[in-house]
Amino acid sequence: MTQAELQATANTPTHSPEPGQRKWWEYFTFNTDHKVIGIQYLVTGFFFYLIGGVLASAMRTELATPAPDFVTPELYNGIMTLHGTIMIFMWIIPAGAGFANFLIPLMIGARDMAFPRLNAVAFWIVPPAGILLLTSFFVKPPEAGWTSYPPLSETASKAGEFIWILSVLLFGTASILGAINFLITILKMRIPSMGFNQMPLFCWAMLATSGLILIGTPVLAGALILLAFDIVAGTAFFNPTGGGDPIVYQHMFWFYSHPAVYIMVLPFFGVASEVIPVHSRKPIFGYRAIAYSSLAISFLGLIVWAHHMFTSGTPAWLRMFFMIATMVIAVPTGIKVFSWLATMWGGKIRLNSTMLFAMGFISTFVVGGLTGVMVASVPFDLHVHDTYFVVAHLHYVLFGGSVFGIYAAIYHWFPKMTGRMLNEPWGIVHFVLTYVGFNLTFLPMHELGLLGMPRRVAMYDPQFAHINLICTIGSYLLAVSTIPFLVNAIWSWVAGPKAGDNPWQALTLEWMTTSPPAIENFEILPVLDIGPYDYGMGDRSTEVDVPFSEAKEPVLSAGPSSVLRADPDPSVAVNPSDRQPEE
Amino acid sequence: MNIPNTILAMLVGILLTLVSLWYGQNHGLLPVAASDEAAQVDGLFNTMMTVATGLFIIVQGTLVIAAIRFRKRKGDNTDGPPVHGNVPLEILWTALPAVVVAWISIYSFEVYNAMGGFDPMAAGDSHAAHMSASSKMRGAAIAAPLPAADAENPPASAPSPNNLIAVGVGASPANRGQNADVSVNVTGLQYAWIFNYPDSNVSSGELHLPAGKEAQLNISAMDVLHAIWIPELRLKQDAIPGRTVELRFTPRRVGEYPLRCAELCGSYHGSMATKLIVQTPEDYASWLQSQQVASNPSLEKAVAVNPGNLSDSDFLAPYTTEMGMNPETLHQIHHTHH
Repeated sequence: MTQAELQATANTPTHSPEPGQRKWWEYFTFNTDHKVIGIQYLVTGFFFYLIGGVLASAMRTELATPAPDFVTPELYNGIMTLHGTIMIFMWIIPAGAGFANFLIPLMIGARDMAFPRLNAVAFWIVPPAGILLLTSFFVKPPEAGWTSYPPLSETASKAGEFIWILSVLLFGTASILGAINFLITILKMRIPSMGFNQMPLFCWAMLATSGLILIGTPVLAGALILLAFDIVAGTAFFNPTGGGDPIVYQHMFWFYSHPAVYIMVLPFFGVASEVIPVHSRKPIFGYRAIAYSSLAISFLGLIVWAHHMFTSGTPAWLRMFFMIATMVIAVPTGIKVFSWLATMWGGKIRLNSTMLFAMGFISTFVVGGLTGVMVASVPFDLHVHDTYFVVAHLHYVLFGGSVFGIYAAIYHWFPKMTGRMLNEPWGIVHFVLTYVGFNLTFLPMHELGLLGMPRRVAMYDPQFAHINLICTIGSYLLAVSTIPFLVNAIWSWVAGPKAGDNPWQALTLEWMTTSPPAIENFEILPVLDIGPYDYGMGDRSTEVDVPFSEAKEPVLSAGPSSVLRADPDPSVAVNPSDRQPEE
Repeated sequence: MNIPNTILAMLVGILLTLVSLWYGQNHGLLPVAASDEAAQVDGLFNTMMTVATGLFIIVQGTLVIAAIRFRKRKGDNTDGPPVHGNVPLEILWTALPAVVVAWISIYSFEVYNAMGGFDPMAAGDSHAAHMSASSKMRGAAIAAPLPAADAENPPASAPSPNNLIAVGVGASPANRGQNADVSVNVTGLQYAWIFNYPDSNVSSGELHLPAGKEAQLNISAMDVLHAIWIPELRLKQDAIPGRTVELRFTPRRVGEYPLRCAELCGSYHGSMATKLIVQTPEDYASWLQSQQVASNPSLEKAVAVNPGNLSDSDFLAPYTTEMGMNPETLHQIHHTHH
């Protein structure tokens, strides 16, 4: 019996007779099923990703030549602001929330999230917020960048700026509601046989992410409300002509927006930790190190915000503190990267689209991590801050990290979500185009920044023309790369080959139910017969005198979390003398 | 081949080190360094580039080798070996990056100190006493740095209370406690930089500095945030309305260098650029002199715009000449009137 069959056999009683197919229109309703909400988040996010991508292509078209000849400089700034805002708030963060919604209850053996109605409310805030943001094109779009630094944000295109603030506030609310849900669900709704250290690593990552959202987002909301008062009511919280301080806004903004980077990338660290063991057919290397390093990154991420402000008048010793704290993040991040590589080493790697995107994720994210250590160094950051070096760095983290992670996750869980397989050759075409297009677009930008090209410009010195043209060609390739994916996803959703319960022979619990999962996921509570990453433990040919599966009481079957192990779990132990009173 | 694994690993390690060291020194990615401090920043970057190159090759190499060597063979549906971890290896790859980032932190600290980052005058510990007043007048017309105003505000005067001091990069340790050789008040406004030399009442749209002399920029902004960036000096400092920020450096290399705005300041942010012209001290002195001759009359004009200080005929002069009247006629009119 293979490992996957062992896990499946133990969970036979939980398996419902038929998959839970939903009607198409149910995805347009206020549905409280976490699986519907997860898919709603993902499809909405992808829709906004396409819009953000069109805006990005418009920007690169403008930058193909040094002169501002494609759009006006005002419109360029508006496009630039909306590109950043949409990609961050309407695509990457909702995509993370989408996978968390779909996967967390399935992975921990729950039937839904802790607060299903709150969950639906959180999702249904996102589309209106996104449409609201787009309506700013009808007035005059916000022109102050996604950072909206005052005093510029208080003087240029006030109406657009106000719409931007409302939209981001709405989005922040949705994000907080989602995070509460993830946190409570992970903490309280795991099956009894799953302790923290048997939890899939994606859940650990979402635990860390949710904490960051809950701590950071209210501070952003505070900053934006004060900014809105400055714009609408004429207060002067951040306006120096009224005695306000624009630097205070920067502190409040980055107190959320630096952790936001980890909010965007931690879920996909979790995805990589799920995907790589499955497709390498090896246990994850250093489970606890990966799990706890998520928490370490989450904590450190909260105390590094002023590294975005090295040139804006931060006191010298604080600069040193933020520099050192930022560099320390390289340590837990390095642990993860090395652990993923060690997981692959010696495995039997299936080079399918999922695994290629996961490997592409490591390959590109590492570049972002290395330049991240560079920009953390104050003397060097004084040179490259607010230049194309930073543009390259952030895209290597957020596209090379998050978006490659999103694609790996889509290829991996698409069969579970839809019950159908994606087309493999087209997936590989998609990967190759994305990887080449991405590097062609963003790698030359490092050099642009080092040479002296500032970011957020609609016109630039003709000496940079050649490199910019290369970036623009790369961006068109990147834009084209979404087409094979889009066609593949739509076609496969309708007419792809049936996936079966567990096409990848994975061990986490979401693969122990039907594809797509039954309406309430499991008939009875599932059980971890073996750990979520216990690949290659042999075929169990040695006779052991314990039942590997017990239909009536799954908790009584064998495995690392079983009550039959040497050290029983006090909360569910069969022997009364092992049960400790809960206090 | 029959090369033992340990020797192979050692050879790969040596090759990796050599390649990283070579690339770290020869990447050729940076523009010229026009000051000693810029050269030190380049040294720091080269070091980080060396480490980054090594790590980059290790990670990408591992990915490629794993994809080739450990790919699933056709028909093989078994799992890989159940390796859950390796404590010594994990300690190694935790400790090694920790040591490396600690080392880079200390190195960065040293470079930052050498640049003057810890100068207490610029680091916010004491109010910078040597700020000149003219750069801080919020909302004042920039074209009117009155000669008298600077004479009345010698460098030692206390800063005005409504004037916050932000933190930039101060004097390098050797120059600490001394005034810089050249002091320039820099004002950013949408979309230009104005450089005012308070010692000689010269205003210019380009920054001229003598090579080898320590310069001090007192940076402020009129309207929104700007940032002064001189790539060849590896220096950048935000210009913040309502604050004055100090930036001290010593340009060494004669030449013309771009000076750009690096903080989004509006639609034409990308066109907000000018030049830093580093000249020999002699050329600088003669430039300054030519500017004094050229700009002082215009400065008096800027002052004379205040109509209260003008006689009637002086006030009317520009209009009357336009109308084709000469001053004598005007005088006659005045006299007949009274």
